[in-house]
Amino acid sequence: MSAMSQTRTEAGTRTEALLDVRAVRKVYEGQGRSVEAVRDLTFSVARGDLVCVVGPSGAGKTTLLKCIAGLLAPTAGEVVLDGEPVDGPPPGMAVVFQEYGRSLFPWMTVRKNVELPLKQKKLPKARRAELVHQALSAVGLDDVHGAYPWQLSGGMQQRVAIARAIAYEPHILLMDEPFAAVDAQTRADLEDLVRSLWQRLGVTTLFVTHDIDEAVYLGQRVLVLSSSPTVVLDDVTIDLPAQRDQLTTRASTRFTELRGHVFAQIQRAKRHSGASVAG
Amino acid sequence: MRLAGRIVRTLVAALALPTVLLALWWVLTADSESYYLPPLSEILADVDDVWLRSDRLSVDVAPSLLRLTGGFLLAVLLGVALGVAIGSSRRLRAFCEPVLEFLRAIPPPVLVPVLMLFAGIGDAMKVLVIVSGCLWPILLNTVEGVRAVDEVLVETSRCYGVRGPARLWHLVVRSASPQIVTGMRQGLSIGIILMVISEMFAASNGLGFSIIQFQRTFAVTEMWTGILLLGLLGFLLATLMRLFERHVLNWYFGLRQAQRGGSR
Repeated sequence: MSAMSQTRTEAGTRTEALLDVRAVRKVYEGQGRSVEAVRDLTFSVARGDLVCVVGPSGAGKTTLLKCIAGLLAPTAGEVVLDGEPVDGPPPGMAVVFQEYGRSLFPWMTVRKNVELPLKQKKLPKARRAELVHQALSAVGLDDVHGAYPWQLSGGMQQRVAIARAIAYEPHILLMDEPFAAVDAQTRADLEDLVRSLWQRLGVTTLFVTHDIDEAVYLGQRVLVLSSSPTVVLDDVTIDLPAQRDQLTTRASTRFTELRGHVFAQIQRAKRHSGASVAG
Repeated sequence: MRLAGRIVRTLVAALALPTVLLALWWVLTADSESYYLPPLSEILADVDDVWLRSDRLSVDVAPSLLRLTGGFLLAVLLGVALGVAIGSSRRLRAFCEPVLEFLRAIPPPVLVPVLMLFAGIGDAMKVLVIVSGCLWPILLNTVEGVRAVDEVLVETSRCYGVRGPARLWHLVVRSASPQIVTGMRQGLSIGIILMVISEMFAASNGLGFSIIQFQRTFAVTEMWTGILLLGLLGFLLATLMRLFERHVLNWYFGLRQAQRGGSR
């Protein structure tokens, strides 16, 4: 486990694991029946890494992410962030949700939306203004500070959510299928935005998606999940060059190979749940 | 400029029907001989004497409005505070809801005699009567609004450390604000009715008191001026309420329009 995270660094930076997911299991107790969403998940994410989690729909990806974010308590196992067990949303974590339209405060302007978490961190006013400005500029939204989220397109709203996340200066950034609801064109732009922000800021990122191409294009590592009840089926190192772009990277042979590999795993995952794979 | 144009158009649209009705009233009562239904021209001629050239604005109208404002604001404060508490807790809701439904079903005017026993016949009683009527729509609408807070926004707030008073204000109250304002609008119209009713029972001043007083002394024309003034007042207050709504819920109307028009 720790050996895996030790070897998992490309840039030669610090090699310790920032996030440790240890034997996490989540069972939803309903009336008269219980649903095991996540069976046994163990993996770690090294500091500064960009890891994509991909799995068939209904694979308990969102459950996993909520457990990591401290929004759900796992039934068994634990999540350790920076040496501290997670038992509620940890302070150094930012989350970008899939439902951008419901994750931004519609009664606040873009600027206020980005600024609110900083106010909660009790940052001085000047510092807040600086961070808001930098973050919005980093996502290419210099001229919409005063607009309301609903005045913007879906892609722009998700940019605001990303700006809010990076202005928060998190140790770790969680993204829950953030681009599932935007059109393909916007999606490609946003993928490149995430890549470039990650390269510039070096923030550890866990990116959950159901899109195999997206996972391979973005990640340094791709974790393939099985169907529910979920286990980790495969842990694929993406050895594509650090500089990626939509045209050449996606056309490269290596990309096709990796994509094919992950695709085959997903197909396997669809047929097998954690129950059969683990056994 | 565009805003001014819009206001003028809204005013014209709002005033067209009242103007027609007043004109009808004017024409139909023009040669009225009835003692109880004097010509509108006489009533209007009296407005000046009865309300403007006397001290009634300060002696009667001002106390009425103060009691209404006080009662209404108190009801808003109480209704939102209790509504947020009840709406946030499922247990509290199950506990309170039957009682609330019962209390809401009591017509506030029947509380006047009861409240008189406890609070006397002064301003306190009248304010309490107004509160007892305004409170329910505000409270119940707030509960509904708080219950409907978006789950994703709740999780977003948790993740970004928005808690305590900031959570209450930025998340709970703001997202319930459309329902709260609806409750306030309903509460205000009930409040105006109760303002008048509370003054009809036991009072020494107030708009309702004056109208009853005119009626009892057969000052019919004066009574009609009071009724007209009351109507005008209600209209003004409703307009103020609408302006407040536009200001506070600007985001909500914009959001709804954006959703109707599809994603832009």
